[in-house]
Amino acid sequence: MAKKVTIDAKGVHYTPLNQQVRKAIADGAGEIVINNVLGQRFIGNGLRGDATIRVNGVAGGDLAMFMSGPTVIVHGNAEHAPGNTMDSGKVVIHGSAGDAVAHSMRGGKVFVRGDIGYRGGIHMKQYQAQRPILVVGGSAQTFLGEYMAGGLLIVLGLDGVMKAREIGSGIHGGEIVIRGDVDDACLASGAKKVPLTDEDRARIVPVLREFADDFGLDAEPLVKANYTRIVPASARPFAGKYTWE
Amino acid sequence: MSSNFGSMPLRYRISIDRKQCMECGRCIDNCSYGVFRRDGDRILINSRKCTACHRCLTYCPRDAIMLEEQPCDYRSHPVWTRAVRESIYNQSRTGKIILAGMGSVSNLPIIFDHLMLDACQVTTPPTDPLREPVELRTYLGKKPSRLDFKQKANGDVELSTELAPNLMVETPILLGHMSFGAISLNAHISMARAAQETGTYMGTGEGGLHPGLYPYQDRMIVQIASGRFGVNIDYLERGAAIELKLGQGAKPGIGGHLPGEKVSADVSKTRMIPEGSDAISPAPHHDIYGIEDLPQLVRSVREATGGKKPIFAKIAAVNNNAENVVAVARSGVDAIAIDGFRGGTGAAPRVFRDHVGIPIEVAIATADKELRKQGLRNEVSLIACGSIRESADVMKSIALGADAVYIATAALAAMGCRVCGNCYQGLCPWGIATQRQDLVDRLNPDVASKQVANLIHAWTLEITELMGAAGINSIESLRGNRDRLRGYMLDEGLLNILDVKSVGA
Repeated sequence: MAKKVTIDAKGVHYTPLNQQVRKAIADGAGEIVINNVLGQRFIGNGLRGDATIRVNGVAGGDLAMFMSGPTVIVHGNAEHAPGNTMDSGKVVIHGSAGDAVAHSMRGGKVFVRGDIGYRGGIHMKQYQAQRPILVVGGSAQTFLGEYMAGGLLIVLGLDGVMKAREIGSGIHGGEIVIRGDVDDACLASGAKKVPLTDEDRARIVPVLREFADDFGLDAEPLVKANYTRIVPASARPFAGKYTWE
Repeated sequence: MSSNFGSMPLRYRISIDRKQCMECGRCIDNCSYGVFRRDGDRILINSRKCTACHRCLTYCPRDAIMLEEQPCDYRSHPVWTRAVRESIYNQSRTGKIILAGMGSVSNLPIIFDHLMLDACQVTTPPTDPLREPVELRTYLGKKPSRLDFKQKANGDVELSTELAPNLMVETPILLGHMSFGAISLNAHISMARAAQETGTYMGTGEGGLHPGLYPYQDRMIVQIASGRFGVNIDYLERGAAIELKLGQGAKPGIGGHLPGEKVSADVSKTRMIPEGSDAISPAPHHDIYGIEDLPQLVRSVREATGGKKPIFAKIAAVNNNAENVVAVARSGVDAIAIDGFRGGTGAAPRVFRDHVGIPIEVAIATADKELRKQGLRNEVSLIACGSIRESADVMKSIALGADAVYIATAALAAMGCRVCGNCYQGLCPWGIATQRQDLVDRLNPDVASKQVANLIHAWTLEITELMGAAGINSIESLRGNRDRLRGYMLDEGLLNILDVKSVGA
């Protein structure tokens, strides 16, 4: 059985806290539980390996930034930009998260049960086998999927109205899938709606099931629901803007 | 018919002295732009394709080729210049933003050329660098504002202040950031070897780190730009230092854009994006929407790398330069590179390149002054960049308050670049600004690295001589030492801003 380490974060600054986490991983811990987290930033930052880190409390900004491998589970909310420039691994947030969730994420998964703030999934990108996935249970705010260059972004809107406008401004790769209909007025220039085909659905169903499983939800209504798929109108949104001297 | 302009007057005219030419065809082989072609036993010329890269002239064994710039006159007019008219013709035909390569071509006065250096005469003696050491070694990074010591039981005294990581450079000349993608792998390898040989560092630009550069990673400053291309924890850990690119002097306030044509298989691997896809770097970092967000990014990078590496930030020199520099200094970075408005680029909108920003001379002087005023000068090193052309510019930058400089266009020129400004075409016949393998192969890193190292070495020697002549035996005594500068034909307002006296004073 994997070695388990418990850390009390009460009143601890983020640097010594993250040093304790690093040390635990270096010592071979497979599971790290951090209790009383109250806004400490950079948890899981730059970590490699396959440990699971459970955060009990509110995680601070840049949770799991540059992370490559581990799983971070937050029983609470997370602040600004969880999954920022993340390479691989998984972040599961049982509460809501702030702005720029999954910013420039290249691989791995970020699941948020609640809502996310502005610019969710901004500039997500993909490369070969690396394809980042962001799934939001609640609502997202404006500028969802801005500059998106790759990956999959799903918003389920389980808790009521979906608030995002200006969806996919400057999107030039990847796909945004939103449960239910999306008004044309909510799309930014550069994004277009296309029907979700059976193949598309088959592709997202395993993700939906995994999300439902992580949060103890019934997967079937999600699997059967209507979705709107939003993709780039052009792979080169800026190509027509310039001429040479 | 897209316009009624017909053909525009030639920019360059290539001619062949037929008495000299032996029809060997080296010009045809060397010109990647397609100026020359063979028709029977004759070589034909299409001057319209010429970029003035000089490759054909260089390789003509008979010196038979000649190039003339602007062979066709317009009616001369001081307001409606050729450049203005040609831009109008271009934009009325296309309706688009004009992009251009290399740095500003505005014919504005260069402040460096109006600053004169000091030398000793009879009141103080010069130092002879042959006889006495002149120290150029520079440490980039935070310096403690005070030092604490503790006495050990045996009476020895040891430092108890924790020192921040610094980069040690043997000469205050670093090779600035140009991405792999914008320039070739052989160009990168050449500069990396030169950095290793001369005891300095080079910037990766925002294109990631190609495995071919891993042997030189201890000499690399890895860059994080807004597109986050090629950035992962492995990349951050490989670099000797990490630079956050917040702005660029050639195009302040806007992002960058590597067109898909330049994203070759190798560039794709290094940037970690699909082959042939556009690499778009947004104008801001989308996790920095205000100055309070910058410290978070700085600390995040520091946290991810265990606080072991200096963190640089690069900004473009703009109006509120002093405020920007102080804000960045307070974010916790170790060094700030300031890129002046003449800074180079592979491609930038012409209107930005020629009209936005302020000169590096002013930006360094105001940054140094404001940092000192706020008691922050020891917290950051300053790196001047954007048109450092010769050793005198390095001296003057340091006397205005810089710790070191980044050179980039000068390093390209050291590898053969003729500053033709067509980097964006991706056909650089010198193998520098191209990803086409047959062209890249023309740049031999064994030769080019030596040339770059020679340039750094030569400038270092000149700086040593200039310092010796001024009676200065250590670079620290030159830094911010404006008394060793005098302004020649600069107005009083500018002299006050630079904090430099007029010649004669």
